Amino acid sequence: MIGIGNLYRSDDAVGILIARKLKDIKSDQVNVQEQSGEGTSLMDAWKDYETVWIVDAVSSGEPPGSIHRLDASKQPIPTKFFSCSTHNFGVAEAIELARTLNQLPEQLKLYGIEGKNFQPGEVLSPEVEQAMESVSNEISKHFSSSS
Amino acid sequence: MKKKTKTIKVDYLARVEGEGGLYIKMKDDAVVDVKLKIFEPPRFFEAFLRDRDFREAPDITARICGICPVAYQMSAVHAMENALGIKIQGPLRDLRRLIYCGEWIESHVLHIYMLHAPDFLGYQDAIQMAKDHKAIVERGLKLKKAGNEIVALLGGREIHPINVKVGGFYKVFSKNELNVLSENLKWARDAALETVRWTAKLPFPEFEQDYEFVALSHPDEYPFNEGRLISNRGLNIDIAEYENNFVEEHVEHSNALHSVLKGGGSYFVGPMARFNLNFKRLSPIARQAAEEAGLKGVCQNPFKSIIVRSIEVLYACDEALRIIESYEKPDRPFEEMLPAEGEGFSCTEAPRGILYHRYKIDNQGKILEAKIVPPTSQNQKTIENDLYKFVPKYIQLPQEELTWQCEQAIRNYDPCISCATHFLKLDIERN
Repeated sequence: MIGIGNLYRSDDAVGILIARKLKDIKSDQVNVQEQSGEGTSLMDAWKDYETVWIVDAVSSGEPPGSIHRLDASKQPIPTKFFSCSTHNFGVAEAIELARTLNQLPEQLKLYGIEGKNFQPGEVLSPEVEQAMESVSNEISKHFSSSS
Repeated sequence: MKKKTKTIKVDYLARVEGEGGLYIKMKDDAVVDVKLKIFEPPRFFEAFLRDRDFREAPDITARICGICPVAYQMSAVHAMENALGIKIQGPLRDLRRLIYCGEWIESHVLHIYMLHAPDFLGYQDAIQMAKDHKAIVERGLKLKKAGNEIVALLGGREIHPINVKVGGFYKVFSKNELNVLSENLKWARDAALETVRWTAKLPFPEFEQDYEFVALSHPDEYPFNEGRLISNRGLNIDIAEYENNFVEEHVEHSNALHSVLKGGGSYFVGPMARFNLNFKRLSPIARQAAEEAGLKGVCQNPFKSIIVRSIEVLYACDEALRIIESYEKPDRPFEEMLPAEGEGFSCTEAPRGILYHRYKIDNQGKILEAKIVPPTSQNQKTIENDLYKFVPKYIQLPQEELTWQCEQAIRNYDPCISCATHFLKLDIERN
């Protein structure tokens, strides 16, 4: 499980915060990592894993707190979801480059949580905080079913 | 005859780290206005650092940028040590050069292969390029990994390294632990040489300009953490004199401050500046590769910065191997630093150019004042000047192609707008 974000960019922190929550409850078969969202490092991070969950904050124009669930192993990621990534070679680019180079994990599930505020700061918007709870619960259920 | 007005507006600058915007206005074939817009969070981190303990600065500032956290850590620790009147020498100093080698490799290779090369080869992005040049893209990914491995080991983890501290490191490594890096680095040095040869063959537009290059200069080494600030037009100052010689101007179209030389105007920092001012201090293999690539110590075409970055990757691999070979584990991982009142200055060579930090601390070690000037805000005015001169040459191109050319001219600088801001919006629009 890979949580992506920047702790000092308000709602952008949500992926990292979820990773930290899940780290405490994961089984031995699951590895939880934090990433900044730089694409090539992500490709290294998921190498050698069969099933990967990625959580990142997104900005696609949907209401704040909306949860996008994308099955990256089955369909291309619409790049519009990641236009607010800190780095331009980001999550969507990494997934599509990995697809071209046959380096995608067998299962790659992406959770995108719609952010509201990406300004410098350390506080999540209430809508995002709520979504954080839902996504954490959902992924932790996958953890128990895969262990 | 009626004058024709044309506007280029780019709200999302593709393949630039972060988000930014570009606005160009033309009358007939002349450029009348260029604005590179950067939306900088108004000095958030400088405010955030105030009242924190001086030991926290490296870890907090490392969060400013996901691409060059080591640079922020290095500038922070050196400024704090300067404030406390302590200079770190020996193996701890070498380890700092080594971790910086790792970051240069990571950052430069990402830019060369994933962001810049597609421009020259006519691809929309690295994903399209990978379809036709799979082996080259894979070489880039593997080469970048050699840098990641250095940062991951010395920094304690791959992103947001946590092992760097004021006075040294939390943990240092045995020679055997460092030797593990050598095997991949030897491969990486060969791959970097191939990269120089590959980039040297790319097609470049004629665009030699007369710049004032500014970089660190050290009598014995290619600069990372230490040296005087010099330029090709006679600047030669101690870092403590930085703010007497450079001034940050607020410009209306950008939240980032434009940095200029007092009485001199725009200047150019980064790989080309380092290369032009420190060519003789490159290792023999890097110097030779540069000469073979047609760059005998002078490069004034920013499009060729892709070659210079490749030469610096080669140097960084070579220097990393040299450091590992001569390394002996230090007796202790850090020098104890007791708080004392003072003011400290530091400038280190981030992958994109000089990164200036200044801190004032009180006798309890509390930060009273922090000032950070990232490389991208120093290059911003030079980028705009380039566009003034570059756009008229391509004015006849269709809008889409002209926009692409402008983006490419900006990408020459590998601007890390995320150091200055998170959102880098770049739209292009023609009326």
